Amino acid sequence: MWRLWLMALGLGFLLVSCRKNVDEPQPPADDFAGFVKPANFPAPVYKLENNQVTKAGFELGRALFYDPALSRNNTISCGSCHIQGSAFTQHGHDVSHGIDDRLGTRNSPAIMNLAWMPSFFWDGGVFDLDLQPVVPITNHVEMDETVENVIRKLQGMPKYRDLFKKAYNSEEITTARLMKALSQFMIMCVSANSKYDKVKRNEAGETFTPEEQAGYALFKQMCADCHTEPLFTDNSFRNNGIGIGFNNDEGRAMITFKPDDKYRFKVPSLRNLKYTAPYMHDGRILNLNGVLNHYAAGVKQTPNLDPLLQKNGGLGLPLTETGKQQIIAFLNTLNDTDFINNRLLAEQ
Amino acid sequence: MAGMILTSCSKNDKIEPVNTEVKAPIILEFDNIAGDNNLQLNAGTYINALGEQFTVNTLKYFVSNIKLTNTNGTQYIVPQDSSYFLVDESLPESTDIRLNVPEGDYKTVEFVLGVDSLRSTMDLSKRTGVLDVASGHDGMYWSWASGYIFFKMEGTSPAAPVDGTGQRKFRYHIGGFGSAGSPINNVKIIKIDLQAGGLAKVRKGRESQVHLMADVMKVFNGAPNVSIAANSNVMSGLFSQTVSSNYSNMFTHNHTHN
Repeated sequence: MWRLWLMALGLGFLLVSCRKNVDEPQPPADDFAGFVKPANFPAPVYKLENNQVTKAGFELGRALFYDPALSRNNTISCGSCHIQGSAFTQHGHDVSHGIDDRLGTRNSPAIMNLAWMPSFFWDGGVFDLDLQPVVPITNHVEMDETVENVIRKLQGMPKYRDLFKKAYNSEEITTARLMKALSQFMIMCVSANSKYDKVKRNEAGETFTPEEQAGYALFKQMCADCHTEPLFTDNSFRNNGIGIGFNNDEGRAMITFKPDDKYRFKVPSLRNLKYTAPYMHDGRILNLNGVLNHYAAGVKQTPNLDPLLQKNGGLGLPLTETGKQQIIAFLNTLNDTDFINNRLLAEQ
Repeated sequence: MAGMILTSCSKNDKIEPVNTEVKAPIILEFDNIAGDNNLQLNAGTYINALGEQFTVNTLKYFVSNIKLTNTNGTQYIVPQDSSYFLVDESLPESTDIRLNVPEGDYKTVEFVLGVDSLRSTMDLSKRTGVLDVASGHDGMYWSWASGYIFFKMEGTSPAAPVDGTGQRKFRYHIGGFGSAGSPINNVKIIKIDLQAGGLAKVRKGRESQVHLMADVMKVFNGAPNVSIAANSNVMSGLFSQTVSSNYSNMFTHNHTHN
């Protein structure tokens, strides 16, 4: 009897699958969900209405992201300096090195939760993610190419004629199409699955340990004004007192020409710190102990030092040894292994 | 010859009545000059008010957001999407801006020298043609501090200090639309009165040509005078405001052919 039932089921299945092939469009090959806002995140600032993420657009963007054709001598891809296993930074390098091993002047920032970021680079010189890739592509020490020539190269590659056609229903490669595909890939680099996120979303009974909880309390008291939850940055530009760097990088003032902006840099997110060392705009601090020690005892009085770091007549933050370790324990709950292992974001 | 004179006389004397429902061509000609001389790239030598000799190798600027006002006071705004032009002295065809506007007798021409802040922050798909950030050949976009270079003039001058390449060059790259609270806004609105030099009588079957002069000497000569020796490289910094204030006076109307 149950064999008959199975046969009927099989027949039913066959029938369904026949009907599917004949009458219905093919189901998607996988369950690509597009851009999904995590429940504990605010609304994104990236204008998704001008660039809806599609599977084909994302896949085109991913292919471009990992393609060295974007560089002058076809040796450097975006992925060369933004490595997934390092939360899309160039782990272990103080300043990033690009084409012909030329050195940059700043530490490559993480490509992570960019849809919530109103400006890009340590100085915020670019305010639209779609314009961001022009900088590394044309920078002499990064990819040293022109966008015009990248388009010419891509036009000569059958793979891209196919991928652009899938994404945009035509083979034509324009600046906007190229950049928007890269944006689709980049905004899909969402990190929101750390222990912290699970605790916040009450997932699977996840809770902080007492040490993490104590660190979280200290964090909210001393760090969260700038490293605002849940993205762990308020996207402002501040001088955190690390002292003027080796090349007198003036940071935000190089964009605004305002004396008040000298030595201010973008407040970085604190997510995935385990993978993104070294720290600060020029990668001068090697580990989290060093960072906490800086805020406890290393803050230097330089022009435009942030007022939050010079309260009560002293410099820095009143951190005890125990307090530092508790904060580090909390910061470690912001590491997201799902993000760095997400196959969807990897070179295929 | 006689025929030509007759034709040109009849053109001026018997101008047809205006039908504002009909569009007709008008050309804005940007004739780049240097004081009393026609500008000759890489060849002509000129002397500014401070006595500094100079030669111009590159001259490019954006003309956008063109508006024309007729003698009735009615303003015609060229549709924004088709109102961006790059005048490049090295490309003769780029110095004539061809438009189709309603028939009328136009008394003023207004335009933005540069690219307005709205377009400078617009979606990339709305920035094509001369505004395409990929068009590396024109070098009129700053990538690291997102924005267009509105006005670019480069050249050589014995007054300029020797640069890293061993040359005595001056480079003026002026832009900045006041983004990110920057005090630098070099977007300039230029208004030119055509009444003294001749109204633009735009009619179907004719081609009104408004001959404008753009005098690069005005980049240096103004209040204050700009010295090549003291400022051989002016990019997006604070001094760019002095240069843009000077060059906002470079445009004059010479005459109109109707």
